[in-house]
Amino acid sequence: MPSQYPIDPGRTDLAREFMANPMGPHSAALQRIVTRMRDTEAAGRYVLVTRVPYQEWGLAQLSGQRGVDVTLLEDQVFTSLEDAERAVFKMRWELITGTPLVLD
Amino acid sequence: MLEKKIAGYSDEISVAPGERIRFMVSCEPGVDRYQADIVRLISGDRQPDGPGYRDELLPTPVSGEYPGRTQETYCGSYAVVPDGPAFSALNDLSLQAAIFPTLPGLRRACLISKMDVDAGRGFALWTDPADGLVLQLGDGAGSLQEFALGQAFVAREWYLVSATYDAAGGEVHLSQQLLDSYALDTSSGQARHASEGTAVVACDAPLLIAAASREEARGKPVGEMIFNGRIERPVVASRVLEDSEIEALRTGPVPLDLRPDICAAWDFAHAIDTDDIIDISPNRAHGELINLPIRAVRGSNWTGDELDFNHAPEQYAAIHFLDDSLYDCEWDVDFELEVPADTSSGLYAARLTAGDQEDHITFVVRPPRNTATASLALLIPTASYMAYGNSRGGIEFGNELLANHLAVIGPHERYLNRHPEYGNSMYDNHNDGTGVCYSSRLRPLINIRPTHHWLWQLSADMHLVEWLEAQGIPFDVITDEDMHQDGVSLLERYSCVMTCSHPEYYSTNMWDAVHAYTQRGGRLMYMGGNGFYWRVAYRDDKPGAMEMRRTEDGSRSWASEPGEYYMAFTGEYGGLWWRAGRTPQSLVGNGFIAQGFDHSSYFRRTADSHDPRAAFIFEGIDDEIIGDFGLIGGGAAGLELDSASRGYGTPPHALTVATSEQHTDAYIRVNEDIGHMLLSIGGQDDPQVHADVVFFETPRGGAVFSTGSIGWSSALFHNDHDNNVSRMTRNVLDRFLDPTPLT
Repeated sequence: MPSQYPIDPGRTDLAREFMANPMGPHSAALQRIVTRMRDTEAAGRYVLVTRVPYQEWGLAQLSGQRGVDVTLLEDQVFTSLEDAERAVFKMRWELITGTPLVLD
Repeated sequence: MLEKKIAGYSDEISVAPGERIRFMVSCEPGVDRYQADIVRLISGDRQPDGPGYRDELLPTPVSGEYPGRTQETYCGSYAVVPDGPAFSALNDLSLQAAIFPTLPGLRRACLISKMDVDAGRGFALWTDPADGLVLQLGDGAGSLQEFALGQAFVAREWYLVSATYDAAGGEVHLSQQLLDSYALDTSSGQARHASEGTAVVACDAPLLIAAASREEARGKPVGEMIFNGRIERPVVASRVLEDSEIEALRTGPVPLDLRPDICAAWDFAHAIDTDDIIDISPNRAHGELINLPIRAVRGSNWTGDELDFNHAPEQYAAIHFLDDSLYDCEWDVDFELEVPADTSSGLYAARLTAGDQEDHITFVVRPPRNTATASLALLIPTASYMAYGNSRGGIEFGNELLANHLAVIGPHERYLNRHPEYGNSMYDNHNDGTGVCYSSRLRPLINIRPTHHWLWQLSADMHLVEWLEAQGIPFDVITDEDMHQDGVSLLERYSCVMTCSHPEYYSTNMWDAVHAYTQRGGRLMYMGGNGFYWRVAYRDDKPGAMEMRRTEDGSRSWASEPGEYYMAFTGEYGGLWWRAGRTPQSLVGNGFIAQGFDHSSYFRRTADSHDPRAAFIFEGIDDEIIGDFGLIGGGAAGLELDSASRGYGTPPHALTVATSEQHTDAYIRVNEDIGHMLLSIGGQDDPQVHADVVFFETPRGGAVFSTGSIGWSSALFHNDHDNNVSRMTRNVLDRFLDPTPLT
């Protein structure tokens, strides 16, 4: 059973806090959201795959099965870990709340 | 995108000048040749702010190009019994065992086999996902007859299974009986079949338990279709046994009246601390275990009254077989090194390169035996390297909640995932969910590499090596295994012994050696966190293997089954050293209290730090804040933290000279220190979540300095080593190398 902590799609102030400082530390209210987002099943969990060591990473999803490789999402490539965290936060926000994250 | 394609291992982890070490290498297709060199490792961390990778070539005859080749690894555990007179008269047949299948639905798996498939001779007893017990008999004409019971097994239940063949009547009888009692049970049953013609059950193939085999490699049958689960008291008989006789053979000695008809009855309660399986029938058809199946596990008759297998071995007459366990890859040797006589002690590697490919098979050159060539020894925690070796958590789970950021998967993790046959770390589970309680270094340990992007164990310890090299302080390098074998005599040659960042796993010999060293005037610098935590065991006749049980409690990824807390290798109680009455706090002044993996923090000096006894530690340091920088998480107080505690045994006169603060909520207090579960367990709420830097004097002029944090060494490099962590470390080291007694 996934985490039951509800994410209020109206709390875009917390989303802004994440976007400003994606690596944390986060406020307690934001950390609850981030914890909810990170508490997923292993199969399909987003991870970053090194394309160029310490310089470039591609988004991928775990297989959840020993011996089965990650699935690379070829169109999602990042040159900073912060940008990768932002992109995944945005996807998970919409997945969990059903509302796209729109920030000015 | 870089794909890792080359890896290897060595037969030894620590060698003295003049001794030999052999290297085994396997390349995936595309690596036809590689260059090998022996190098002294200086530095490893390649992250942009880090010191980078540096080594020094050791000129040896090893340097040169070698052909790349793929070497096969055969994982999975089973037993082999050579063919012999015990099985020569087989005509009628009875097979039986108590079994506890853990993955009965995965695929067909073999319980007992003795089969020449090409000739169509022999027998094999299987579990089948749909049909339950299946017997195969050779027809003598190149084929097999197959007889199925027809009811599937339930996982993780004990069954008594038996199969008989009456040659004269051509009758096959199969039985699988659940040994527990449930109101509804559709998994037990019996079946009778008639064979077509006469089966030929005798053959000259070896007998295997928990596997079948069609070919030999490296001098023994290759196990296939390996059974996951427990097998107890397998028996082979040369006539059809009655139900009452089968029941009598489940436990206890072989009844006198059955002895003429029993080919073999293996009692796994014997020789639990070995690879031997003992046949208690007069034939003495003993066998050998391959790839470390788990021994000292509960049998079908375990009552729960006795928790120590040493006291009731008859209740531990089962062996847990696994299709992914591994002791020794047994690859062919690619090259070997005779360590030149004048080689200085240090951390070395066979550096393999091929285009963008590289691997570092890391080993230690210890000083010539029975000598020291420096006043300082760096103690490489090879036991902890083995415990973490081939950790699969990154690519199997992502460890995202643990780290509080997205996992980064590099070529090493994907390579390891492509090679399940290289076995697991002690943090993983076997394919059937069983926790991994044995490790071995006779296989590539993919994450135990000086340049691994996950800065943990060896890769993190390179920060300390880099600092020592930069300080220009001569040091010898020794290992856990050296200390386990040589005892305190190894340490006593040194004025000061320095640990690495995370010496977590300790055998009794190792613990005793460190303790004796501190009691005999030695000076110990414990340069990490969560040390001296889990108890492990080695076996003298099984070099490179190690055992550990995750018992009672402790920060752990799996837990041992009840009644399985004693280690098969030595019979010792496993788990936390604390639970054996030896706390880390009593040995080094602090012990594991909390962990977190997002942001590291800093230390603040305490009132104790102004005690004149601690003056030497802070010489030249005016700062109140220590280590608010570092290459792991940005601080010296990070990852796993140790605190002082009088209640847990910190010596009464110990000084806590610095304490960390402001840890994030990703830092959580260890579960063994939690009684009632309260909301306040994170770093922001729980004052126990902190690290203590501890100093205390020991008898005969010795002393201990403990940093309390795995992250400490990651701060040494900051500002070209000109920082307060580096200065404190150097102050302590200089004083500890000074022979003047500390008291």
